Amino acid sequence: MAEYIIETAKGKWEVVVGLEIHCQIISKSKIFSGASTEFGDDPNTNVSFVDAGMPGMLPVINKECVHQAVKTGLGLNAKINKYSEFSRKNYFYADMPTDYQITQFRYPIVGEGEVKIDLSDGTSKTIGIERMHIEQDAGKSIHDLSPTKSYIDLNRAGVGLMEIVTKPDFRSPEEAGAFLRKLRSILRYLGTCDGNMDEGSMRCDVNVSVRPYGSSELRTRCEMKNVNSVKFVMQAIENEAKRHIEVYENGGTVEQETRQFDPTSGQTKVMRKKEFAHDYRYFPEPDLPPLVLSDEYINGVKAEMIELPDAKKQRFVETMGLTAYDAMVLCENKEIADYFEKAAAGHDAKKVANWMMSDFFAMLNKKRLDISQSPISAENLGRLVELISKEVISGKIAKDVFEIMSETGENPEKIVEEKGLKQVTDSGAIEALVEEVIASNPDNVAAYKNGKTNLAGWFVGQVIKQSQGKANPAMVNKLVKEKLEQ
Amino acid sequence: MAIDNETVRRIAFLSRLRVESDKIDATKEEFNKILTWIEELNEINTDDVEPLIAVNDMPLRMREDEVTAGHCKDAVLKNAPATEYDYFAVPKVVE
Amino acid sequence: MSDITKLTAAEALDGLKKKEFTSVELTEAYLHNMENGRKYNAYITECGEKALEQAREADKRYANGTARSLEGLPLGIKDLFCTKDIRTTAASHILDNFIPPYESTVTQHLLDDGAVFLGKLNLDEFAMGGSNETSYFGPVINPWSKDKDLVPGGSSGGSAAAVAAHLCAASTGTDTGGSIREPAAFCGVTGIKPTYGRCSRYGIVAFASSLDQAGPIAQDVRDCALLLNSMAGFDDKDSTSCNLPVPDYTSFLAEDIKGLVIGLPKEYRPEGLNAEVAAYWDKAAEMLKARGAIIKEISLPHTKYALATYYVLAPAEASSNLARYDGIRYGYRADAKGEHLDELYIRSRTEGFGKEVKRRIMIGTYVLSAGYYDAYYLKAQKMRRLIYNDFMEAFKQCDIILTPTSPITAFPIGDESMLQNPINMYLNDVFTVSINLAGLPAMSLPIGLAQNGLPLGMQLIGKPFDEGTIFNVAAKLEADAKFERK
Repeated sequence: MAEYIIETAKGKWEVVVGLEIHCQIISKSKIFSGASTEFGDDPNTNVSFVDAGMPGMLPVINKECVHQAVKTGLGLNAKINKYSEFSRKNYFYADMPTDYQITQFRYPIVGEGEVKIDLSDGTSKTIGIERMHIEQDAGKSIHDLSPTKSYIDLNRAGVGLMEIVTKPDFRSPEEAGAFLRKLRSILRYLGTCDGNMDEGSMRCDVNVSVRPYGSSELRTRCEMKNVNSVKFVMQAIENEAKRHIEVYENGGTVEQETRQFDPTSGQTKVMRKKEFAHDYRYFPEPDLPPLVLSDEYINGVKAEMIELPDAKKQRFVETMGLTAYDAMVLCENKEIADYFEKAAAGHDAKKVANWMMSDFFAMLNKKRLDISQSPISAENLGRLVELISKEVISGKIAKDVFEIMSETGENPEKIVEEKGLKQVTDSGAIEALVEEVIASNPDNVAAYKNGKTNLAGWFVGQVIKQSQGKANPAMVNKLVKEKLEQ
Repeated sequence: MAIDNETVRRIAFLSRLRVESDKIDATKEEFNKILTWIEELNEINTDDVEPLIAVNDMPLRMREDEVTAGHCKDAVLKNAPATEYDYFAVPKVVE
Repeated sequence: MSDITKLTAAEALDGLKKKEFTSVELTEAYLHNMENGRKYNAYITECGEKALEQAREADKRYANGTARSLEGLPLGIKDLFCTKDIRTTAASHILDNFIPPYESTVTQHLLDDGAVFLGKLNLDEFAMGGSNETSYFGPVINPWSKDKDLVPGGSSGGSAAAVAAHLCAASTGTDTGGSIREPAAFCGVTGIKPTYGRCSRYGIVAFASSLDQAGPIAQDVRDCALLLNSMAGFDDKDSTSCNLPVPDYTSFLAEDIKGLVIGLPKEYRPEGLNAEVAAYWDKAAEMLKARGAIIKEISLPHTKYALATYYVLAPAEASSNLARYDGIRYGYRADAKGEHLDELYIRSRTEGFGKEVKRRIMIGTYVLSAGYYDAYYLKAQKMRRLIYNDFMEAFKQCDIILTPTSPITAFPIGDESMLQNPINMYLNDVFTVSINLAGLPAMSLPIGLAQNGLPLGMQLIGKPFDEGTIFNVAAKLEADAKFERK
């Protein structure tokens, strides 16, 4: 794999990165209360007395959040811990009504795992997962509605989160980007998190340090909180690494601190220093007994696991003959992969993949449509490829048919039938056309016979043009050559 | 483990409580007295003892994923010292 | 008619059933006593009008034959139970304007059984204290006081004093380290702390979640059984609530104790134990022996460490439970215009909490803080295991344990040695805290008067969820002790 080395006048450096990703769990109600997780309602609407941290209110865990976490853990090829424990993380924060967060500390629900990422040069790499735990989200402060006050909305307070912590395995911005896309793909496949970084349902903290190239030391790292797009994560790593190198090369030391990434400048800046360092005073949550999962439970979740992108990709390559790259692209999104499989059923899978990777995606892009909104159904795309395979229409005509399908959504067979676009394969009819073209172009016939044999292509083009594109090109080719040689 | 004035200040801040500067010494003395008393626990070796977290050995009970609460904005906001536009209002938080 | 407020709850219910008097008459009689008994400062909030409304409703039910088990019985509620639309203060300035929009499960049970609520009873602030002197609303005066005003014990001081002075037929209390039993003993009434998990904690302002339990304080053993029948029961809103059937506790009162093994822990007879206390303890054992019980000396070797263990664990949990009182969503907010949010927290909390509460929050914060967790908190959790194991071992040899409730009788308000050194106050809990650490059920009932004319209590400790045996033995002890109530 191409290494990411930062070279300066003074030396070579490499970057060491770990990620912590907060993923909002998809569930109807919150992790410890019966309030809705609905996003975008009026302020403080989806708030129960538990979420508001009222005196005497107690948490009761949502079964679905545990289920989603176990599913996700299995999706990360991770160990599911049969014993886990909830803890309180104590700190004062306006968005957190109890002024402690219920999270997991010593005993998380998911242990070590790994995720394979695919890189642009065709290689792949395995990223280690350190752990994953479940916890509650905080509410939101609104700072821009009043010059003197902040406003607090608790609608988000108590929504379930999965916090995934990776090992410091990333050595380039690209790897981190590929991981986030892969993680998002896995979460969406599983339906455990919608993975929308711009809406905050997936949020990334980035830990960056640098070291001289080839060394194995771990230097002081800085954490950038809540970087909210894949692009920004990559940018933050690049710029933070440069900052560290500059500090070291000027004889300074990097301070361990929490920094903020500014998307407009692309730079990071230190967040407000606290009077005293945080001391979260974790201790086991006395309101919740330990979470104990049985083998039967875990096996039950295993049994409902669906095929994930890696396995699907492998199957597409091995049994459907796709290239690794095509398979990767088609598998990133489950809806696309499902569409492809539906379209390819009974047809030439490789041809279907080619159509999807080119004209089909271009069409969706142009129309700014999601695959679920595609005007062309998977079945109809399959039919179109079938028409080409069976030589009912040529590839060229197929493009016109595709164009019509993208407007009307009609069945390609019907379009071909109605518009009379069926390929002419009747050799008599083609022969007549060939003869007509030869007869009306004696000069070019003479030139051909005098050695300009590449004129054959011109004759073929003329014949196809005469047929309005419907003549079978292979037959035309053969007949043109035969007639000219006569 | 005797605590010092700096620790008293740190603990007070973590607790979001103020100990007036003329009370720091007295508070420290009092805490040290209590902590010394607590340290009698060290008479017992507990190296091989499992900490007791919950007296009743029962698994965590889980609820069904159903929306059963919320939509009670007025009740949620009713006791708040300050609200505006259905938000809790606090002095501006500068990040 | 004689004074109907001197009746026990069982007698009062009987009178109501037989229509000897109405609930309105009974309620009015208690309201009258409350007015005359304001010197005791037992109530923080009186709800006369609402009580009379409930009483009228009860009388209708007696008339139409739909009366429930506690129909029309006037109760006092410790002001730690959230009561819907009735101010709930926890005896703290920080909550002195808080009106809960919800009802605690325990008080809901009582309402569902037809009880009338006379008002909210005084207590130590957030139930932290053993004398009711830490209340923001001032101390409660023990009805047994003669020349000097005595404490009623704490934290359920108002609950015990109100029962002793007939300001309610019975009351609710909560017990974290002895808060039902000690005041019951000091005021010559009967109170039971059931097994942890027996009564729901939902809607009770939390002090130390792993230790808190609700229970009744009443004139006698039968009344406690009647109230506990209503208060106990599984609640899916409290994850630590146990899903076990609740027997009719009155059914145990008539059982005999022949052959029951009564354990007397030798560690509860330290050198210097008050001779009168020791003598009453022996006398109680004799009474039970005379009825055919077997008296056996047992050992609870880690008893000595229970107090220190308790004073790590309870403040630790309290420091976290009380973080939510920050002046944002409810409760007292200091005037802190335009200041930093931390300043608002600090001022609100510093002004809103009393001295003992602040002391415990800071001790709790310290024992959980980085570097000290293992030495204090984890150590205390391990000690808690040893103390729990002591009881489990002891219960292999006996059916129930008999001890004094407190080493002393009620003391004067403003006792210098206790005010000077909080540890002296903490030492009063020496016989009660280990029961909370082990989560066991325990009752205090009056055994007689000391030389100083003040009541002394005996404590019966049962196996987990075996409140029944406590009621059985207590009923016999009560019958033999012939304690004369106020």
